[in-house]
This record gives sequence, C-alpha cells and structure tokens, in this order.
Amino acid sequence: MRTFLRPALAAIIIFSVLTGIIYPVLVTAIAQVAFPSQANGSLIEQAGVQRGSALIGQQFDQAGYFWGRLSATGPVPYNAAASSGSNYGPLNPSLAEAVQARIAALKAADPNNPLPIPVDLVTASASGLDPEISPAAALYQVQRVATARGLTQSQVQQLVEQHTSQPTLGILGEPRVNVLQLNMALDQIKAID
Amino acid sequence: MISNIIIQIGSFLLVLLACVIPLGRYMAKVYGETPPMQRFFGPIERLIYRLLGIDAKTEMNWKHYAVALLGFNGVGLLLLYGLQRVQAWLPLNPQQLPAISADSAFNTAASFVSNTNWQGYAGETTMSYLTQMLGLTVQNFVSAATGMAVLIGLIRGITRRSSSTIGNFWVDLTRSTLYILLPLSLVLSLVLVSQGVVQSLNTSQTIELLQPIVNVDGQTISQQTIALGPAASQIAIKQLGTNGGGFFNVNSAHPLENPTPLSNLLELLSIVLIPAALCYTFGIMVGDKRQGWAILATMTIILLGFTALAVGAEQAGNPLYQKLGIDDQASALQAGGNMEGKETRFGIVNSALWATVTTAASNGSVNSMHDSYTPLGGLAPMVLMQLGEVVFGGVGSGLYGMLIFAIITVFVAGLMVGRTPEYLGKKIEAFEMKMAALIILIPCVTTLLITAIAVSSDAGKATVFNSGAHGFSEVLYAATSAANNNGSAFAGLGANTPFYNTWLGIAMLVSRFWLIIPTLAIAGGLANKKLIPQSAGTLPTHTPLFVGLLIGVVLIVGALTFIPALALGPIVEHLLMSL
Repeated sequence: MRTFLRPALAAIIIFSVLTGIIYPVLVTAIAQVAFPSQANGSLIEQAGVQRGSALIGQQFDQAGYFWGRLSATGPVPYNAAASSGSNYGPLNPSLAEAVQARIAALKAADPNNPLPIPVDLVTASASGLDPEISPAAALYQVQRVATARGLTQSQVQQLVEQHTSQPTLGILGEPRVNVLQLNMALDQIKAID
Repeated sequence: MISNIIIQIGSFLLVLLACVIPLGRYMAKVYGETPPMQRFFGPIERLIYRLLGIDAKTEMNWKHYAVALLGFNGVGLLLLYGLQRVQAWLPLNPQQLPAISADSAFNTAASFVSNTNWQGYAGETTMSYLTQMLGLTVQNFVSAATGMAVLIGLIRGITRRSSSTIGNFWVDLTRSTLYILLPLSLVLSLVLVSQGVVQSLNTSQTIELLQPIVNVDGQTISQQTIALGPAASQIAIKQLGTNGGGFFNVNSAHPLENPTPLSNLLELLSIVLIPAALCYTFGIMVGDKRQGWAILATMTIILLGFTALAVGAEQAGNPLYQKLGIDDQASALQAGGNMEGKETRFGIVNSALWATVTTAASNGSVNSMHDSYTPLGGLAPMVLMQLGEVVFGGVGSGLYGMLIFAIITVFVAGLMVGRTPEYLGKKIEAFEMKMAALIILIPCVTTLLITAIAVSSDAGKATVFNSGAHGFSEVLYAATSAANNNGSAFAGLGANTPFYNTWLGIAMLVSRFWLIIPTLAIAGGLANKKLIPQSAGTLPTHTPLFVGLLIGVVLIVGALTFIPALALGPIVEHLLMSL
C-alpha cells in the first residue's frame, strides 16, 4: 500500500505547485507586462474616469443611444459580476413575452420606422454581456438616434460604419458593431439635449 | 450563407489537420524511449521522479497501473473537496467568498477529477482565486494527463507481445503534463490574453456607466462591476485538456473569456487538438499510420454530420420570430437564425459548430446557451455525448473509447463471417469482449437510470426550468453530460441542489473510473497475447470499409439505446414547434 500512497501524495503536491502556482503566476506576470490593458479587462478611460470595458456591454434604453442585445443577468441587465443567459427554450412562453416586450419598446421609441426588426435586437445574448450588435441592428436604430439627437441620418450612419468590425481576416466570425464605443462616439459629436 | 458556413467550418478543419501530424509525431516521441527537448525537460522530469520516490524504469502490470491511477485520483478528489470547504479562511480570496457546501464541493471535486467539469456553481460568484488556481486548474491538468496515460497503456497493450507490463503510470502522467499540456497551455493562454481574456489577481473593477439605469425598485444605478481574475491560464487548459469548466458562469460565451473570433477559433481548435493528434500518435506507435488515419476519419465524418444538423436547425431558427414579423434571414449585415442565447461575434455558425465540437469531444465548454437551441439543434450535442464520447472524446479517453468500439466492430464483423476476430494482430477473445461490453454499457445505464430517478422524484423535478418536453430534455441532457464526462448543460436546470449534486457526482465518478479499469484490463490482456500473423481472412482495419463499419457500430449502439428517451424530449418538442 505504501508503495502507491507515497508517490500519489507526492505527485499531487508536486503537480499542484507546478500547475496550480508556478503556471498561473508565470502567465499572470508575463500577461501583466506584455498585455497590461487586455489582462485587466480592456477598460476604456475618458477624462480620468473608467467608462467601461471595450468587451463588456452596458444597458441603454434612451432613444438617443443605440441599444444592445437583451440581457438576462440579474438583478439588473448587463451585470458584469454575474454573467447569465436567459436559458429559455424555444417554446417557453417567457421567451415570446420577452421578444414582444422588446418589439413594443422599439416601436414606442420609433413608431415610424419602416424597417423589419433584426433578430439579434429582440433576443438575449448568451453571456448577458454581449458588447455588440449586428450591423443590421445598428442600421435599424439610425433613424431613432438621429432624430433624438438632432443629427442627420447620414451623420449617424457614417458613425455606425466607422464602428463596424468586419470578420477577422475577412472570414472568421460575424460583422458587428460595438454599442458602447458607438455611443461614446455619439456623445463626442453631440451630447443628448 | 452556405459559403459562409463552408468557410467557417472549413478553416477550422484545415488548421486542425495541419496541426495533427507535427503534434502527433511529437507526442509519439514523448511516450517513447527518448523524449524530445531533453536538455530543458530532462532535469525537471528526473527531479519529479526523485521527489515521487519512484524508479522510472520499473514497469507495472495493468493492476498496479490501475491502483496507482486510482490512488492518485483519490488523493486529488479529497484534496479538492477539502480546499473548497475551507476556502473562506485561505488567501487569494479578494471577494471574501464563503466556504462551499458539502454537496456542491463533492460534486465539483468529482467533476474536475473525472475530467468532466460539470459546473453546478457559478464561477465568478463562488470560487476564490486560490480554489480556481490550486484546485480546479490543477485537476484540469492531471485529469487530462490521467486520460492520456490510460490511452498510452492501452496502445502498449496492443503493440507488445507476451508482456506482463503496460508501462509506468507515474512516467506517463508526468510526461503528459510536463511535455505536452504545460507548454501548450502556456502559449495558448498568452495568445488569449492578447485577444482580451483577463489574467489578473486584482479584484473586480468598477466603472461609471455611460447611461445610468433605473432598476425595478426605482433606484438609479450608475456603476457596473466587472469581474476579473486569473482566467486565461485556466481557460487554456480547460480547452486543451477537454475539461471545459469555465472561469465565468457563462463559460466561453463570456466576452472576457472568449472576446474575439480569433480567440474563438483558437479555443475551438484546442478542444479537439490533442484528441485528433493522438490518432496520429496511435498510428505511429502501432507502426501503421493508416490505422490512425482510419480512426480520425471516422471521428471527423460523424462530427461533420451532426454539425450540419445543428447549424441547419439553428439557422432555420424559431418560427416564433417569423410570426412576430422579425427579420431572421441571414445576410451580409446579420447572422439571422435563432440568436437567443448566442453572441453577436459568433453568430449561428460558430456557435453551432462549437456546440457539436465540444460535445463530440468530452469538453463541455460552451460559447452559446444550449438550453435555448431549437429542438434539433439541441439534439445534436445530446446525441454526440450519448455516443459515449468517442468522437474525438476526452484527451486520451476519447481514443481509448473509440478503440474499444473498433474491437467491438471486428468482433461483429468476425461473427458475420464466422472467424475469430483480431485487431492489429491480437486475437479478441471472451475476456476482452466482456470488458468491452462493460465499457459500452456503463455510461448508457447510468444516463438512463439517473434520468429516470430525476424525472420520477420531486427533488429532481423541482428545479427544472423550462416546462414540457424541453424540461425533460434538460434532465436528460444533465444525466447524459455527467454519465459521459462531458460537462456541458442545458443550463436552465437548477443543478446546484443536494439531489443533483449527489447523483450527478456519483455518475461522473462511475463513468470515469469504471471505464478506466476495464480498459486497463483489456490493455493487460492484450499485452499478454502473442502476435498472430495476418492471413487472407484478416479484416483490414485501415480501409474505407472498416471506417464505414465502425461508424455504423457507433451510431447503431447509440441510437438503439437512446432513441426512446430522445423521442420524449427533443423529438416531440420539434413536432410541437412545427405545429
């Protein structure tokens, strides 16, 4: 028995030190030196204030801002301390309610919009923290944002195009628009009245 | 749209295949007489053996190998359990998280030691940094290394003649960790940080919201707290070691765990990198690379079939959206489809591809919420697990599982022509077949039994989230995931209860170790046998015919076992959805 227990105990201690202390500490040290911004959450600073993370969405519901995906985190949407999806199955009545509520909110803020609502604008993201929407979802909101801010639609549309990321290398992933960065750029041009 | 699907999936497969040969060759050397890069690794390796107090040259028979393995995993289980129970009083706990309850700690310990990484808890709000690093990360490494050791033991059993030993467990464990898992993880974690995955020992960051919001109680909220932590180092090994346990609650859907399409490709690749390359290693070690290619082809074909099903179902979407006048058609401006529970940057294709890859392999990490998939989109990952995690499967465990299916296939083929079956020059006899039958049956029985217990007890039904057929799917998915050591979930199910923590914990341990023991027994049995020369009656096991037979056996065993259960869940839900 001892011939097996001794190496078993020694092995778990050695591998704990190697993979549980040396490895993560080494990665942390290199990461903090080589990629300090990314390693600490890709925070965006403006005039000395941390305004958010380039990778984490925020909740927007004013007409003058672009809105992001629905967020199912609790107790408030876009709670970046407790990520969560809705986990609604496709036939769950709560899913239909959430979608209908979002449609109603979009229509109320922008009754004359003739465009069909893109699906990512009425569905909850997996993380509840999705920082991005599809270009279709951004273009759908151009008219509302322009009206609310007293800007022309082409001004706002141009801003959307500037903030659209294409698939990496032209093939990986999907085209998308970072909502927080787009809204910060809007505030730079003209603050909400 | 079709071209987008082909490009996304094609680029993934191409990069994977490009890595298979160099990594497969490297790993074959690692387990051989003279491992590579001796100047660097040699001194560390010898130091470890000295500290373990073992002689690396002494080989073990299969029983000693199994006892060493079980002893090591048993000690690891107790240690991880203890660590969680006392984390409140230990350092590196900036959020001052409390100790974890007994049932949850047992479940998590069983889960990580068995390479499952089922997570009943939410990472960022439950586990201290110390527990994540010293407990979970450690098991991510050594449970993967354990799987690789068993595989190498089995391959030695196949290749050796009239030998009583199958290698030294401590050597195989050490080499898997030191030469393969650690260097790959180090490189991957740093590349992930460059993409935006966090790696920090600081506590969370608080920022000022651009637009303050009003919560349900009418209070204004103007700040957002962003959870940080040493994530990248753990994410790298959870992908590479087919563990899958995320740092954050939503796993690789979290933007700080998987921020960009490039990080997504790398994490996706890492899921199947080692399982795929091990096929090539197997080919080298048995002296016939075609054998490895045949197994890899089998795995890839099955994976692609289910990927097509999942991508198709998710892109077709949920009829609800069309009824409400929502635009869910894919175009140059949007991914379209069923976007509930999916991230914009991944869209439909990279979400559904991940869902099938992570369940084909026994990884279980997710970048979208499987619970919100369409019925057929959710059926694909469920079935891939139910096939026994042999399509790529876990590192090591997937290939040894598939080799067991190969043994069953030659047996079935042998029955058809009335000859004694043989695989790679070894006669397959009653003992091997008995062990193989155990290996096939144990996960099936465990899955169905636990599903039955859960849906017929109040404690099991109490925490089902979605109603109707989908609720049954949640339970079936959980039992399937635990009993096949996958770890992904239909996450609506409230699994952090004493009922699920206990039952699923037991399922994970049974399915891990009661497959390892018979596998090692087969290894020992085969090692003992003489090599029989090939004859005209030998069924070649590297041909398209054999690949077809093997695919058939894997699918038929899975289908016969699980179609009745699937009919009650996803299949009936699919019919309801089209009404």
